Amino acid sequence: MSVTYAHAPGFVAGDRPKIVTSRFEFADSYTLERYLATDGYKGLRAALSRPANEIHDDVKNATVLGRGGAGFPAGTKWGLTPQQVWPRYLVVNGDESEPGTYKDRLLMERDPHQLIEGCLIASYAAGLSQCFLYIRGEMALAQERVATALNEAYAAGYIGKNILGSNFSIDIILHWGAGAYVVGEETALIESLEGNRGMPRLKPPFFPAANGLYGQPTIVNNVETLANLPWLMCNGVAAYTAVGTKTSPGTRMVAVSGHVKRPGVFEIINGTTTFRDLIFGEEFCGGIKDDNKLKAFVPGGGSAPWFTPDQLDLPFEASQVGPAGSMLGSGAVMVMDETTDIPAAALTLTHFYAHESCGKCTPCREGGTWLERILRRIVDGSGTDADLQQLLEVGAMICPGDFPHAANEKLGLKAVPFPYKMTTICFVGPSAFAPVHSALTLFRSEFEARVTKRVTIPVTAVGVSS
Amino acid sequence: MSRLSDSNVAVAKEIIARYPRQKSALIPLLHLAQEQTGYISREAMVHLGELVGVTSAEVYGTATFYEMFRFEPIGKYLVNICGTMSCALMGSEKLMHHAEKRLGVKAGGTTADGMFTLAHAECQAACTEAPCLQVNYRFRLRVTTADLDNLIDDLKTGKLSDEIPVHGVLSKVRQHIAPDREVGAVAPELVNESPVWLNGKAAL
Ligand SMILES: Cc1cc2nc3c(=O)[nH]c(=O)nc-3n(C[C@H](O)[C@H](O)[C@H](O)COP(=O)(O)O)c2cc1C
Ligand code: SF4
Repeated sequence: MSVTYAHAPGFVAGDRPKIVTSRFEFADSYTLERYLATDGYKGLRAALSRPANEIHDDVKNATVLGRGGAGFPAGTKWGLTPQQVWPRYLVVNGDESEPGTYKDRLLMERDPHQLIEGCLIASYAAGLSQCFLYIRGEMALAQERVATALNEAYAAGYIGKNILGSNFSIDIILHWGAGAYVVGEETALIESLEGNRGMPRLKPPFFPAANGLYGQPTIVNNVETLANLPWLMCNGVAAYTAVGTKTSPGTRMVAVSGHVKRPGVFEIINGTTTFRDLIFGEEFCGGIKDDNKLKAFVPGGGSAPWFTPDQLDLPFEASQVGPAGSMLGSGAVMVMDETTDIPAAALTLTHFYAHESCGKCTPCREGGTWLERILRRIVDGSGTDADLQQLLEVGAMICPGDFPHAANEKLGLKAVPFPYKMTTICFVGPSAFAPVHSALTLFRSEFEARVTKRVTIPVTAVGVSS
Repeated sequence: MSRLSDSNVAVAKEIIARYPRQKSALIPLLHLAQEQTGYISREAMVHLGELVGVTSAEVYGTATFYEMFRFEPIGKYLVNICGTMSCALMGSEKLMHHAEKRLGVKAGGTTADGMFTLAHAECQAACTEAPCLQVNYRFRLRVTTADLDNLIDDLKTGKLSDEIPVHGVLSKVRQHIAPDREVGAVAPELVNESPVWLNGKAAL
């Protein structure tokens, strides 16, 4: 590949470009001084020297995919705001709390100026009036690093009135949450930013691009999505699309956790890197802990249906992972080796989603709790065979019809593609069912070994004379 | 007594002024109240309602949705041990049992001396560093039972008091916007024109 990248420390072994993590190797990566010494705010200057609509076109042409979970192209999303309606807002989603996901916190702690520069470029391109940077409540260090960076950048003239002496002006306001997973969902994020209980809104009519913060057009983007923009501005669309594939250009950050030799967060090439590369590659995790066998893995955060070794050769490409029965979600791979107690592992996730239900939809509020209770009694050894059917029945009330799952040669299973139907407003309800369904479909024998046969006590009706 | 102090009222007013609608400041202000007292009192909620122009019931409604807000005093140090999948796979249950024994309280409980509150936490975004925990929202990673013992000793002797503030204090840095740099928040109904730089001409 004969593309040169403006960020000097842009490569590691294997010619792997670093688009968003290039400064991570510096101990002082979060300071303005280091940022300026490594091309910091150069992308902003490049953007401001061109008309805003051209910058928007660049983001569209580069197909910068959203990194928050849904993978929707950012440039297209910005274009969905209605014409001639002002003000418009940017809300940055730094609420990272999907089980297994660990990247946005790093980007905020280690390179806050890169995120700020991304916010500025987006605000310029889409003509936004104010930007709110919403950081998860439990991330004290990220809040400190971003607050410090904002203070530095304001003082140096990169944020606020007449940025770099231009006619572009915008405030970036630091906002922080207080502990609620569901607030990561974009409409709940907006509710929370309005000072309310963070419960998701119904779409339609509340698509943020049309009807978001204070009822105005609002762009919600993930931290990593915006962190891509400075590099894109410095290096251009061609350099960006030269990395990865046509449908999944660039890189993405992926956290691999659980039973691997070297768990870690990696910036991988989008579209081509496979799960096998990540889990077994020497460049990445180097194989399963204690040289055990791989049993299963969650490919895209706690909400995603599980894969087994059969799916190891799939790449990080939504158009392949979807038909295979799962999703890439937020770049989080959780690995289970042969020693894993599958029902217990599923329980940790189902507990999570049941606990985090906001309570707005009955199937999620009640169904999630039921799933957790039934699963818990199975794990505790007091479940019966009837409970297995009951789990699936409760799940069908949250997600009617076939639920996606992976193919499995040994079990003779064909894949059921993503997505699923749902009876709830957001994905928290279905996410409580996903681990139960995966575990039960792929590892049913482990459940059967745990439960006892239900004893039916015959009830003899005694007639009551009329 | 648990209304915001004068200096915190000044901080609160600065925060409120940054939002196009005052109520948006509510969660940051609830944190401010918790920072002042370690928890959120009824008086504080009444006061916050006055500051942002909503009823205290609305403040209570918002506050009770979020897990970080406490409505009665808890320990000086809140120890949150993660129990979600990646940490569970790496032995967080053992860590929790050890903590319960060491502190002599069950998860959810506070030690008699008011030093520690132990709690189960959900995924903390440190999954590759499992098992992990937070003390007053400051991370400890790949924690062994021995690490946990040392941590508790160090917290007891005050060795970590510079790094880890008492419960309620979250970020030690606040955002400050100098008035001459600030664009300023405007209520949405008062804005109906596109920003000046959007007219097609380059901004620089
Ligand atoms: C229950 C739930 C939780 C979510 N949590 C997050 C989150 O923590 N961070 C995030 O960026 N997106 C999260 N999302 C996705 C957001 O709704 C939204 O799609 C995303 O922030 C858009 O940004 P992007 O287009 O840049 O990816 C969540 C979605 C759901 C349904
Ligand atoms: S699915 Fe669950 S979390 Fe989502 S809106 Fe409904 S009740 Fe709330």
